[in-house]
Amino acid sequence: MDDQTKLREFEARILNGELIEPKDWMPERYRKQLIRMISQHAHSEVIGMLPEGNWITRAPNLRRKISLLAKVQDEAGHGLYLYSAAETLGADRNSLINQLLDGLAKYSSIFNYPTLTWADIGIIGWFVDGAAIVNQTMLAKCSYGPYARANLRICKEENFHKKQGYEIIVTLAQGTEEQRKMAQDSVNRWWWPTLMMFGPPDGQSPNSEELMRWKIKLYSNDELRQRFIDLTIPQAKAVNLNIPDPDLRFNEKSGNWETGSIDWDEFFRVIKGYGPMNRQRIEARRNADKNGQWVRAAADAWAEKQRLKPNEMAGS
Amino acid sequence: MTEKNQNWEPWEVFIQPGQGAPHEHAGNVHASDAEMALQNARDLFARRGKVLSIWVVPARMITASSPSDSGPFFDPADDKAYRHPKFYTVPKGVRGV
Ligand SMILES: [Fe+2]
Ligand SMILES: [Fe+2]
Repeated sequence: MDDQTKLREFEARILNGELIEPKDWMPERYRKQLIRMISQHAHSEVIGMLPEGNWITRAPNLRRKISLLAKVQDEAGHGLYLYSAAETLGADRNSLINQLLDGLAKYSSIFNYPTLTWADIGIIGWFVDGAAIVNQTMLAKCSYGPYARANLRICKEENFHKKQGYEIIVTLAQGTEEQRKMAQDSVNRWWWPTLMMFGPPDGQSPNSEELMRWKIKLYSNDELRQRFIDLTIPQAKAVNLNIPDPDLRFNEKSGNWETGSIDWDEFFRVIKGYGPMNRQRIEARRNADKNGQWVRAAADAWAEKQRLKPNEMAGS
Repeated sequence: MTEKNQNWEPWEVFIQPGQGAPHEHAGNVHASDAEMALQNARDLFARRGKVLSIWVVPARMITASSPSDSGPFFDPADDKAYRHPKFYTVPKGVRGV
C-alpha cells in the first residue's frame, strides 16, 4: 500500500472516531506534532511544580500543607504519564529531558511568573489548574490512544487541585481586609497570563488547522479560552473579586463573557525566554538533575551487582 | 545533562483495583530493578483509592501482536458462529437451556 492510500485510510479512521495506537501506521507529521505537544505538556507538569513548591514550607497550616504536597506530587505523576505517552511514539525520555535542561524545550508560559504571596497558590489551583482542566478534558478525547488515556488519568486528579485552590482564595476573600487585598492582587497579576495559557488567537496559531484535522485538538485556542472565561467569571463574582479588565462585558446574545484584548507581545516575550522566572526555572531543574545523579548511579550500581551475583536461589 | 544508566528501563505496571478484580494495565515506570519498579508503580498509580496488588514486568519481556497482521491473526475468531449460543435452537417453551 502506498503512503497516499495509507494516509487516506488513517484520516478515515480518525473521522470515524477511532483511536490511533502506537503500532498503527501514522503520518510522520502526526507523530512529530504529538511528540512536540506531549513533551511540552510533560515539561509543563514538571516545571509547574516549582512555583508551588516555593510555598510548601510556608503553607499557613498543616491542612494546607498536606494538600499542597499532595497536589505537587500529582503534578510529578502527570509529567511521568506524559513522558510515557511520548515514548510510545518512539521519543527517548532522556533526550526530551535534556532538551528541557538545555533550555531548548517549550513549556507553559504561565510557570515563568513568580509566586509572590500565599494567595498565588490559591490562584494557581483555581486559574491555572482550572485552565489546564479545560484543555485536558478535550485532550482526553483526542485521537491518539496513549495521550487520551494519560489525560483521562490526569483529569481524575485535577478536580481536587482546582477545588483546593479556590478554597484558599475564598478563605482569603472572606477574611480580613488585608487578606482580601492579597487575593485581589493575585487575581490582578494572574488573570491575563492565565488567558494566554491557551495559546495565540486562532488566526495566529500556525499548528491549529492540522491538529484539529487529525483530532489531536478538538477545539481551537479561542474556543477553549472562552470556555475557561465563562466558567471562571461567575466564580470570581461569587466572592466579590474583580477581574482586572475594564472592557469585560456579558454578551446577552452569545451568552459569553467578552474580554478586552490580550497583550500578545507579553506572551511571545515570555515564551522566548524573557519572562520574570524563565532562568530560575531551568536552573532549578538543572540542580535537581545534578543533585539526583548520585542516587540514580547508586541504584544502577546496585542493580548491576544483583545481576552479576550467582543465583543463590538456584543453588539452595 | 541527564545521563543514561545501563540498568534503568521501562517496566509495565498492572494493578488490581479492588477485591476480586482482574489486574489491569495502568501504564509504565522507569526503574533500575524490580523492587524500585514496584515502589515507583505504587507512588505513581496507587496514590488514591484501594489498590490491592501490583504486578510489574520489564517492557521488553512483553510480546505483542502487531496491528498489520491483526486481520489474518484474529480472522478465525470472526467466522465461527457456532461458538456462540445464538447458533443453536431449542424447542419453544423450554427454559433455562
Ligand atoms: Fe497536572
Ligand atoms: Fe494540577
